[in-house]
Amino acid sequence: MFWLNLAHAESLMPTAATDVAAQVDNLYKFLLISSFISCAILIGGMIFFAMKYKRKTDNDKTAYITHNTFLEFLWSFIPLVIFLGVFGWGWHIYHQMRHMPENGLEIHVTGKQWAWEVQYKSGVKTANLVVVPIDTDVKLILNSMDVIHSFYVPSFRIKQDAVPGRYTALTFNANKLGDFHIFCTEYCGTQHSGMIGTLKVVSKEDYDKWLEEESKVSTLPLAQRGEKLFQVKACAGCHSASDMSVKVGPTLYKKFGAEEELNDGQKLKVDENYVRDSILNPNTHIVKGFQANVMPSFQGQLSEVELSALIEYIKTLK
Amino acid sequence: MGTTTATHSGEINYINEFKGLKSWFTSLDHKRIGLMYMISVMFFFLLGGLAALLLRLELLKPGGQFLTPDQYNQVLTYHGAIMVFMVIIPGIPAVLGNFFLPLHIGAKDVAFPRLNLASWYVFMFGALLAASTMFTSKIDTGWTFYTPYSIKTGTAVVTMVLAAFIMGMSSILTGLNFIVTVHKLRAPGMTMHRMPLFVWALYSTAILQVLATPVLGITLLLLVAERTLGVGIFDPALGGDPVLFQHFFWFYSHPAVYIMILPAMGVVSELITTFSKKTIFGYTAIAYSSLGIAGVSFFVWGHHMFVSGQSEIAGIVFSFITMLVGVPTAIKMFNWLATLYKGSISFQSPMLYAMGFMFLFAIGGVTGIMLAVLATDVHFHDTYFVVAHFHYVMVGGTLMALMGGFYYWFPKMFGKMYNESLARLTFIFIFVGFNVTFFPQFILGAMGMPRRYFDYIPAYQSLNAISTVGSWLIGTGFLLSLYVLVQGLRKGEKAPANPWGSKTLEWTVPSPPIHTNFEVDPIVKAGPYEYK
Ligand code: HEC
Ligand SMILES: [Cu+2]
Repeated sequence: MFWLNLAHAESLMPTAATDVAAQVDNLYKFLLISSFISCAILIGGMIFFAMKYKRKTDNDKTAYITHNTFLEFLWSFIPLVIFLGVFGWGWHIYHQMRHMPENGLEIHVTGKQWAWEVQYKSGVKTANLVVVPIDTDVKLILNSMDVIHSFYVPSFRIKQDAVPGRYTALTFNANKLGDFHIFCTEYCGTQHSGMIGTLKVVSKEDYDKWLEEESKVSTLPLAQRGEKLFQVKACAGCHSASDMSVKVGPTLYKKFGAEEELNDGQKLKVDENYVRDSILNPNTHIVKGFQANVMPSFQGQLSEVELSALIEYIKTLK
Repeated sequence: MGTTTATHSGEINYINEFKGLKSWFTSLDHKRIGLMYMISVMFFFLLGGLAALLLRLELLKPGGQFLTPDQYNQVLTYHGAIMVFMVIIPGIPAVLGNFFLPLHIGAKDVAFPRLNLASWYVFMFGALLAASTMFTSKIDTGWTFYTPYSIKTGTAVVTMVLAAFIMGMSSILTGLNFIVTVHKLRAPGMTMHRMPLFVWALYSTAILQVLATPVLGITLLLLVAERTLGVGIFDPALGGDPVLFQHFFWFYSHPAVYIMILPAMGVVSELITTFSKKTIFGYTAIAYSSLGIAGVSFFVWGHHMFVSGQSEIAGIVFSFITMLVGVPTAIKMFNWLATLYKGSISFQSPMLYAMGFMFLFAIGGVTGIMLAVLATDVHFHDTYFVVAHFHYVMVGGTLMALMGGFYYWFPKMFGKMYNESLARLTFIFIFVGFNVTFFPQFILGAMGMPRRYFDYIPAYQSLNAISTVGSWLIGTGFLLSLYVLVQGLRKGEKAPANPWGSKTLEWTVPSPPIHTNFEVDPIVKAGPYEYK
């Protein structure tokens, strides 16, 4: 079934790409089998009795059975034992999920409406992209800038809320190369379902190479830096840059130099100052057909150089 | 009150004794108040159901169809809030409970009839206030109102939250009324252990309503204070703790799950005994497991928060206690199964719904265990697996029981019979449609699709499409039920006093009953299920 494979899903669960994920799957399989047996007893039993003791006449005699202590003990005790068993098993795996490595690779991940900002210790920043080396203990330190988000990687079977005002953490050790989905699983508003990222597991050499290349960004030409920033600051989540399609915000394709109509009917030429205002104080001009307070202000989050880089990049979108 | 009039059929009953709208709106008769609740709940069910159909239609394909993401989030919030606060919570207790609790225990009415009427007015005030937000700035927080989103969003959170507070008030009043009724108004000979299990279920529910709902009330008021005064309890920007809100919220809302399901379990006990003509197996176990569930359910709220950042030890404790609440639930299932053994089982529509309940509740139950296990919950939490699970419990459980109870008691409430074949057809549509809608959602959840998603990756397409088609079947089933109801009311044959051969007290009086329920005060000499 092709559509299952697309989601990294085999046998109805996404590819298990960590050790812990494989353990979760074993427990899940056990739960599935025991659930199937319980349902077979309950539902099968119900259908069997219903057929066997189907009413024949209105005066059928029925048995008068009020209780049976032994049976009642059995069907209280056996479920209890099973429940406690799976409780212990679940605890055992959960403990590994919660056990933070001593010397792991630490990466800061900040949730915001509606993107994941990722920051490496070397200073490299990405958005909606976490690159990690294979077979390495990784610890993600989570935080949120606005509302609660939840960082979920189905293939790793892990999930942790990112809460504003405090740090939470998540750990994993990936054992498969590849790209895996990151979803936000705590409802966070308009673009909640668009808050999708990629967790890329690469070889150790590729990881070092990638990190080095990313650190070189500051030596790139302005427009190219702007292009990177456009991704990193998640502008791309709300603005398209390559065609006229409208996302949450207006397209920026062929925008520079054009005339823009605003909500109050005023018309302005899109020049450097207009773009600068749009980024730092988005509420001063609202584009016709859009709402205020949707685009966050980037005041204090961009250096002057970065601002210029973004403007130079937007100029190149033709 | 209106005037007494003789009727064409010659019999005087609670429906025709007083005439005119005013006689309804001022009636202190628990039966009439039950019917008023029924009409209100049906109206809101229609509204919540329409919202559900819209959501499923939007999810037919990935990408936006006809709603914007914000509109989708609003529809989602109304669907949840309406179904929880205005349909499932009042559904069985306020409709069937109001009507049958006094009849079940041989009383003329509930203990505080005036309070009972007041609770309907309070409920309606809250419900209409909630609905009014649809015409103002709407609300998009989800029915859970999680902070800090609910503090920041620009929608009508304060009005909605106050409305939920007011409806909670009504729920407390009903609960209080029922507790006193059960303790004080039982007929001579109606000992606690001779009460029908439906009464036990309502009693346990009432205890939960009275003890848990105030906590929701306080939480919601704090949220209002937070939004209007910025007191800084939940808002991290002011030094508050947003996770504290979740603790408060689930401290009510987990017991509320049992407010929703216990009455359903009570109805099912009545249906299964009647339609297998057999005494209930393990009366004491069922009665006390209701109380047990009610008690333990206060200590499991943290199982909604395994990934919220709560400590590992808290997670372990909550997972453990949740397992304990699973046991009495399993006991009930086995008791119903054992009741069927050597019975005389007829497949009339109420029984079909009761068996549908057992089928769906079994699946809802085992998947509940999967969610209570720490390691698997981390994967399933806030995915469609959870959505599927609680629909199996709330819809597959509560709504199935409500429908079964409705068809079972319809002849008593209205004195008419409905069209049995059509009623069976409604079951088939709803049961099949339900499984087509919600079973694929288990798979979607296991595959990782998060809930409350306006859009999804293409890999989830096929299963979502199947689910949407299922929702149309359910919709058809409920529309058909509405038709069965109207047709039964207009053209139904006159119902005998006891069409099913039940043994509980309400079937000893004419259908429909008279205003004061019993011509002569009953004296009870035996238990409720003496099929010998
Ligand atoms: C949450 C979504 C969102 C994000 C993220 C976002 N924007 Fe916007 N942006 C909007 C919306 C909505 C508008 C239109 C309303 C307005 O004018 O404020 C807009 C308007 C603009 C405009 C004016 C466009 C025009 O047609 O006149 C520019 C330029 C712009 N954004 C640039 C950026 C840049 C650069 C970034 C990243 C640093 C960014 N935006 C991030 C939503 C967003
Ligand atoms: Cu989010």
